[in-house]
Amino acid sequence: MSDSGILTGEYFINGDEACAEGAIAAGCRFFAGYPITPATEIAERMARRLPQVQGICIQMEDEIASMAAILGASWGGTKSMTATSGPGFSLMMENIGLGMMTETPCVIVNIMRGGPSTGLPTLVGQADVMQARWGSHGDYEVIALSPSSPQEMFNLTIEAFNLSEIYRLPVLILGDELVGHMSEKVIIPPSDQIHQVSRVRPSQSPDGYLPFMAGDNLVPPMACAGEGYHVHVTGLTHDEQGYPQTTAQVHERLVRRLADKIRHNTSKIIQVEEFETANSEVMVVAYGCTSRTAREAVQILRSEGKKVGLLRLITLWPFPEERIRQVAQGIKAFIVPEINYGQIAYEVERCSQGRAETVLLPLMGGAIHTPENIMEAVKEYLP
Amino acid sequence: MKIRYQPIVPFDQEGFNRLKDEQHGLHPDDQYLKPGRIPHIWCPGCGLGVVLNTYINALKMTGIPIDRSVVVSGIGCTGRVAGYLNMDTYHTTHGRAIPFATGLSLTRPDLSVTVFSGDGDLFAIGGNHFIHAARRNVNLKVICVNNFNYGMTGGQVAPTTPVSARTTTTPYGNSEASFNLPYLAHASGAVYVARWTTFHARQLVNAIAETFSIDGFTFIEVIAPCPVGYGRPNKIGSGLDEMIYYKENSIVQNGADPRNVDIALKGKIVVGKFSEEKRPTFLGEYEEKILKKFRRTET
Amino acid sequence: MKFWRLPLDAGSHSIPIGELHIIKDRCKGCGFCIEFCPNQVLKEAPEFNKKGYHPPLVTKQGECVNCNLCEIICPEFAIYSVLKEYKELTAEDIAGYSKK
Repeated sequence: MSDSGILTGEYFINGDEACAEGAIAAGCRFFAGYPITPATEIAERMARRLPQVQGICIQMEDEIASMAAILGASWGGTKSMTATSGPGFSLMMENIGLGMMTETPCVIVNIMRGGPSTGLPTLVGQADVMQARWGSHGDYEVIALSPSSPQEMFNLTIEAFNLSEIYRLPVLILGDELVGHMSEKVIIPPSDQIHQVSRVRPSQSPDGYLPFMAGDNLVPPMACAGEGYHVHVTGLTHDEQGYPQTTAQVHERLVRRLADKIRHNTSKIIQVEEFETANSEVMVVAYGCTSRTAREAVQILRSEGKKVGLLRLITLWPFPEERIRQVAQGIKAFIVPEINYGQIAYEVERCSQGRAETVLLPLMGGAIHTPENIMEAVKEYLP
Repeated sequence: MKIRYQPIVPFDQEGFNRLKDEQHGLHPDDQYLKPGRIPHIWCPGCGLGVVLNTYINALKMTGIPIDRSVVVSGIGCTGRVAGYLNMDTYHTTHGRAIPFATGLSLTRPDLSVTVFSGDGDLFAIGGNHFIHAARRNVNLKVICVNNFNYGMTGGQVAPTTPVSARTTTTPYGNSEASFNLPYLAHASGAVYVARWTTFHARQLVNAIAETFSIDGFTFIEVIAPCPVGYGRPNKIGSGLDEMIYYKENSIVQNGADPRNVDIALKGKIVVGKFSEEKRPTFLGEYEEKILKKFRRTET
Repeated sequence: MKFWRLPLDAGSHSIPIGELHIIKDRCKGCGFCIEFCPNQVLKEAPEFNKKGYHPPLVTKQGECVNCNLCEIICPEFAIYSVLKEYKELTAEDIAGYSKK
């Protein structure tokens, strides 16, 4: 282990463990969580690893408390994370909203399993995608990343921390049980090759400081506890001074800025992997574990000469509307395999604006698609 | 889709400055209050201003600088305490002040973290967090303002409402048993447990000041008048009448067994410092038993 | 408690005299300061403040002993006292105190 506590080297570990290592590499020094299958391994790894880098790992009384604790730690100036699965994610929604309203950087990992309710604790699902987008009440924009391998669990966890620090909001990682529990080679680079971003701090003195006054990038610098800025942080609608102002005018200004700081930067945030997309007539849109099957299907079809490609969504939210709109112009159909009864498919259909057909390949959970499932759907359009 | 926005009204810096210039600095304690925030939202006769005042006086007494103290609140009338103090203050979600403060206190052990919240916030929706933070002995100074009802939403029954008391959701009298908060806090592991009323302002200043120097989870229950939500429907009267009631019906009994300090409707109120003990804190143990193992010695 | 004469060590004691400052327009008329002042130096003013409440009024100038109770019990930060001077303890003070 290097001085920075980063485990530089090659490892054969599962996605959950890679996620924990990514967090530590990103500078996370506080973890609060509650055991839940299939995310428990993240908490276990953090409990073992965080003390080695002088960080704190605490098992709270529930997911509500876990989410609240990481917000508190973030205001204490420490990068913080929690990890859970569907039922716990539901409980976190209240304080995710607080994090959005108070612009608190932190990372929430949801290793998705089958739902609703207790559902399929040990089996895969992808049905929390819309909950991640709209789960807490009120209007806000989220950033949600979807890793498809243990290596990506490591990489995207670092990315999630950086995005949360840049845009000052809770960032979600929507993993799934399959990626969380699958073991693969994970390469952890040396610490000097890991890009770490930290929140911008106020440059002026506390006198006359307005804690929620943002510049052109719409992200205000953040003064943490004990730095002498005397910031009031509230989940109520607040003005630039941080004082509660429950008026329509202040609400309009605040909520629009909270959303626009993401909406204005979608081109910087969104990542889509393009696989065999050139001259495609049918496009598979997939994410997480499903994208692995989709890639296999596309490879086989391409070897048969079928003009089919894969758009692998790395960023689920903000949704890559622009790219889907462009692609829709020149193709016959989108094929959307997902382990739910249609969530991202609705977004694809919305963005294709009737130019290309959208075909949903749903699975309710507990199993993954076979390449044949996807190939059959493609062949309807490319016989 | 196309979006046609409403115009944005910019932040009124001048209005804020005017408010600050005209309203701030009239009282010596204004330095402890956020500029331009007084008058507060609490009703005439409400006890919350008194509790805020006593907290400020405890800070003055102990000399803890405002840069070193932090206040975390939940939701409700008491939840608004945080917003008036001229320090780093966090007004969180309903019932979640304690877990938020736990994250803050564990990452910033150099700061004095006080949790201010009401009886409904801390013991109904936040009850589970309270008992667990007390069990872990997280270094938090918890001040619970108990007015026996949910004030902000208009006087509904709370976990502390005495049997037979009338509230807007117990129009025929409360049929539920109520919590004895000092007993609950003591049994959960709080290292310091006291109860005072807002009439006992002086004792309250001393008690809050005393907890600042205690390492661990401390608990002070403050009985406070809520003339609108509790005093009027229960025919106790105004805020002043409630204060006079405390004066006439409080029994100071330091060291009283917390099991015996239940409060009945129009009954006696036992006040005092009930217990204090020493117990390792969460962070102390984590440091000693875990973090130390991995600390590299400086050479 | 009653005193029947001036204590022999009266010379080594004195009475602090406070000067009360009332920020009238902050007052919401709860009456705490008036009711609980140990020397009853306050009463309700006949006039209204900006908010429409009757703020307290100092009736017995010079009898405030700067105990600060009104200051710490005021929910509105509308009253405070500052130490003005120390007064020698006299037989009249003792007699006056015993009457209460």
